[in-house]
Amino acid sequence: MSARYSFLSLISNALNGQTGWRPAWRNAPPKPAYDVIIVGGGGHGLATAYYLAKEHGIRNVAVLEKGHIGSGNAGRNTTIIRSNYLLPGNEPFYEWSMKLWEGLEQDLNYNAMVSQRGIINLIHSDAQRDAYARRGNAMRLAGAGSELLDAETVRKMCPFLNFDNARFPIKGGLMQPRAGTARHDAVVWGYARAADRLGVDIIQNCEVTGFIRDKGAVVGVETTRGAIRGGKVALAVAGSTSRLTRHLDLRMPLESHVLQAFVSEGLKPLIPGVITFGMGHFYVSQSDKGGLVFGGDIDGYNSYAQRGNMPVVEDVLEGGMALMPMIGRLRLLRSWGGLVDMSMDGSPIIDVGPLPGLYLNTGWNYGGFKATPASGWCFAYTIAQDRAHDFNAAFRLDRFRSGHIIDEKGVGAQPNLH
Amino acid sequence: MRIPCPYCGSRDAHEFAYLGDATLTRPDPAASDAAEAFHAYAYLRENPEGAHREYWYHANGCRRWLVVTRNTRTHEILGVAFARPSTDEVPA
Repeated sequence: MSARYSFLSLISNALNGQTGWRPAWRNAPPKPAYDVIIVGGGGHGLATAYYLAKEHGIRNVAVLEKGHIGSGNAGRNTTIIRSNYLLPGNEPFYEWSMKLWEGLEQDLNYNAMVSQRGIINLIHSDAQRDAYARRGNAMRLAGAGSELLDAETVRKMCPFLNFDNARFPIKGGLMQPRAGTARHDAVVWGYARAADRLGVDIIQNCEVTGFIRDKGAVVGVETTRGAIRGGKVALAVAGSTSRLTRHLDLRMPLESHVLQAFVSEGLKPLIPGVITFGMGHFYVSQSDKGGLVFGGDIDGYNSYAQRGNMPVVEDVLEGGMALMPMIGRLRLLRSWGGLVDMSMDGSPIIDVGPLPGLYLNTGWNYGGFKATPASGWCFAYTIAQDRAHDFNAAFRLDRFRSGHIIDEKGVGAQPNLH
Repeated sequence: MRIPCPYCGSRDAHEFAYLGDATLTRPDPAASDAAEAFHAYAYLRENPEGAHREYWYHANGCRRWLVVTRNTRTHEILGVAFARPSTDEVPA
């Protein structure tokens, strides 16, 4: 087990030639049985394991990952953290996530590089200002905080934006000062290390190939490293959810899509926080290495390919050019695609069931990273208590049957439009 | 990704709009299990990894609805047909 990181451990390792460091987590072999099996070693799965051990005292837990931890969407996102949602089912959950982000590094004893530099959603019309004023009020009611900015304030903060574009003039912005970015890989590593210190087994290169059933209940999993029995089996596998639930003859309210993201060559500090364009889908922030990190819409067709096509690349870059024309002088360093779990109303599912012994965490659309701490916290609660916490009470699987959908964008059951 | 439209020939996917799963059939609203059937029709998806039958609309072309069979793992197009069989005949 790795020791606690501290100023003292830095000094002692500086004096002994850096020979005192231990691996941050054990590469555990699978045991025959666990109290809880979590499928998926991304941020959500590892956070779930950590909070199960820390908050509920359930430490006989395995996290199964088919590749290496953090190699899915946890390693492919654009690292934005925010709680600027509108609807009552969503906003308290995301605000709880924001509060967990604010204390995360002390809690995990790991530097996740949480940087609260603020997010500005730009306003381009009077109607959009009204909509953002309403959203800002919803955020304030949930304790998230928000500020409605006028155009002059935005101009002082981001003078490089194209304020006088004839079609999309910038008339102001809605700001959440507490939003920002975190280092995505460090979040995975921090949760893995903290869960491991509490006794959780992190089992890599262990793909789930089926489920063990007993009288209808799920009592374990078949894997590429043998059968493992579990008192409870919890899925946190994002875009791969349908591939696993197919083994249980369950159809999910999900489509798997590809979302692309982009990073430019490194620059001196330019973007003060996160900026989103209000008239096209384009958002941008700057990494600590200096690269501009940006993205936009999903490609829009079902895909398990983890790579996208040119039309969306063009669309995103056109949005970038309309918002900040100077981006045209930059060279694009890389682009990549992730496999996202688009739900039918654009909101997630954290629920007990639908079979005895099974627990579901899915439907994160393209916004799962910011939810990592609260998703793990709420899923751990749901697994341990066999019921939802107030924060995830609305994220029920049966909401599509009952009509209690949470559709932030109001586009209906059309996953590629959320 | 290029889609071989039966009317226009091979065209960039940019010209097409995507609707989704083409295997669904609208249930009978008068059936006794209509509520359950409509829930499945509106919300539940097979979401396969591999061959997927899906609706594409050739918006910037012939404006026909197509059923494209496409591999969701590789994006390879496995087959294309007009969504409405009676329009399979290309007018002279």
